[in-house]
Amino acid sequence: MKFIKRFYLGLVLAFLYIPIVVLIVQSFNAGKSRAKWEGFSFRWYEELFKDPNIMNSLVITLAIAVLASLFATIIGTLAAIGIHAMKRRPQHLMLTLNNIPMTMPDIVTGISLMLLFIFTQVERGFVTMLLAHITFDVPYVILSVMPKLKQMNKNTYEAALDLGATPMYALFHVILPQVMPGVITGAMLAFTLSLDDFTISYFTTSPLVQNLSTLIYSQARKGIKPTMNALSALMFVALLVLLLVVNKRTAEEE
Amino acid sequence: MTNFKVPVWGYWMMGIGFAAFVALLIAYIHKNRGFRRPVFASPYVLWLIVFTVIPCFLVAYFSFTDPQGHFTLDNFKNFWDSNYNARKAIAPEDLKMYQDMGLSLEDLGLARDSINIDTLVFSLWMAFLCTAICLLLGYPAAHIMADREFKLGPTLVILFVVPMWMNFLLRTIALMSLLEDGGLLNTFFEWIGIGRQKLLNNIPAVQVGMIYNFLPFMVFPIYNVLNKMDYKLSEAAMDLGCNKWQVFYKVTLPLSVPGVVSGITMVFMPAVTTFYISRLLGGGKVQLFGDLIEAKFLSTSLNEWNVGSALSLVMMILILLSLGLLNKVDPDNEGGGMV
Repeated sequence: MKFIKRFYLGLVLAFLYIPIVVLIVQSFNAGKSRAKWEGFSFRWYEELFKDPNIMNSLVITLAIAVLASLFATIIGTLAAIGIHAMKRRPQHLMLTLNNIPMTMPDIVTGISLMLLFIFTQVERGFVTMLLAHITFDVPYVILSVMPKLKQMNKNTYEAALDLGATPMYALFHVILPQVMPGVITGAMLAFTLSLDDFTISYFTTSPLVQNLSTLIYSQARKGIKPTMNALSALMFVALLVLLLVVNKRTAEEE
Repeated sequence: MTNFKVPVWGYWMMGIGFAAFVALLIAYIHKNRGFRRPVFASPYVLWLIVFTVIPCFLVAYFSFTDPQGHFTLDNFKNFWDSNYNARKAIAPEDLKMYQDMGLSLEDLGLARDSINIDTLVFSLWMAFLCTAICLLLGYPAAHIMADREFKLGPTLVILFVVPMWMNFLLRTIALMSLLEDGGLLNTFFEWIGIGRQKLLNNIPAVQVGMIYNFLPFMVFPIYNVLNKMDYKLSEAAMDLGCNKWQVFYKVTLPLSVPGVVSGITMVFMPAVTTFYISRLLGGGKVQLFGDLIEAKFLSTSLNEWNVGSALSLVMMILILLSLGLLNKVDPDNEGGGMV
């Protein structure tokens, strides 16, 4: 019975991970074939880094991820501190609103943001994609910072004010140092999600400004090239590492 | 994009809204005789209004208007009958002329076409199937991992959590390259003598892709609930004479309902709304509701955006209904569905 159980679990995990492992292995295959092993090589990775389109998208992806996680962390941390200090009812309202972007399927978020940009006649491109990424990142930053605020002693902030600190001084010297681990987790999570996003980027950018995900999608529709395998493999590994780090941090904080 | 004009009231709303926000903020600071911490949340309040609340209303606005901004229900009529707008575009006298020539609506390609409804029903069916299979596959997996005697459980769960956060597109592409005609699976089939199968561009491929992508969303919430469950309850049931199966369906199963409901919602929602899984694994031959919406918004003709908004609104309402259901069954979000 015990063996059957473990075997079953192994099968489910194999179903989830075999495609990814195969993809990564294939990306090191010297030949073009997906089935025949023609020796280990970095050929596709070299081609990847020579492709100006891919390099361009890489820069865009990284720029968006850095900027979006930076802005989202600032807005989100401030918001978490504010929401934490609110009275019950406004707090509940804010947390509900904060949940909307997380519960709505990406396609709805993407389309509603796209309609906003159409309505306000903002040309879709880098800036709109950045705004969209900040929008879906902030709720996760808030969720990372909130538990830290709850653990914090409420009175330290009041004490700082009583001792003559301005709210800004108290924010930077009393609250922030205590919630910093949560802020960093939030920033990393925002960075990962932004690197990872496809659907929302797809609807909020123009075909001229593509991040890696939208580029992969437009290429994959025509069939998968070996360089795309290499690119996907790289993204997989990067995301896996980031996610494991974030996961470890959250587990430790709890 | 080019021929859409912002209505005058749009500018007014933007101006008045921003002024009202600033006024409220100043009033709040003044009332509290100084800067209180809730003020720190004000940038995000503004952000939420502009990038979350208003866009939701815009979906509703676009679905109830025509490209000129006049109120209309045509978009929903077009949802019911996808040739409605095309038929309306033809002058009645022309239509009469064609009919006098003996051409029926079918000949003109203008008869009622229920593709939207059919696609929605098909999507719901695919999502239902996906949810059911994920539940059947995922429940035992969660149950095995939550077993207290299985020390590896908490570690293995991470292997289910990580794909939840990972790009579905990349994972779909990994699956696609495995299933391709020249892919590894077909080579394996050839090797064992079954011969190559057509594994891509059909409905089962899309279904497998959906299960592959969404299975972790079923396993995790169920694991969460089972893991938090008091194991003494099942021990007590054993002591009172239940056998293993009775313990399962009288104690464990009822207690795991919140997790199951969370899992169902978390699988069903993305499964109804997906578009790239069907696009990549179905090769354009399998159309889901998400594909329909995507196609409407990729189109450059303005009217299509309004129709697409109506379709999105229908989808949003479906999602809100299922979320409402979730909240009713699992009010404290015990399943930890929302991460």
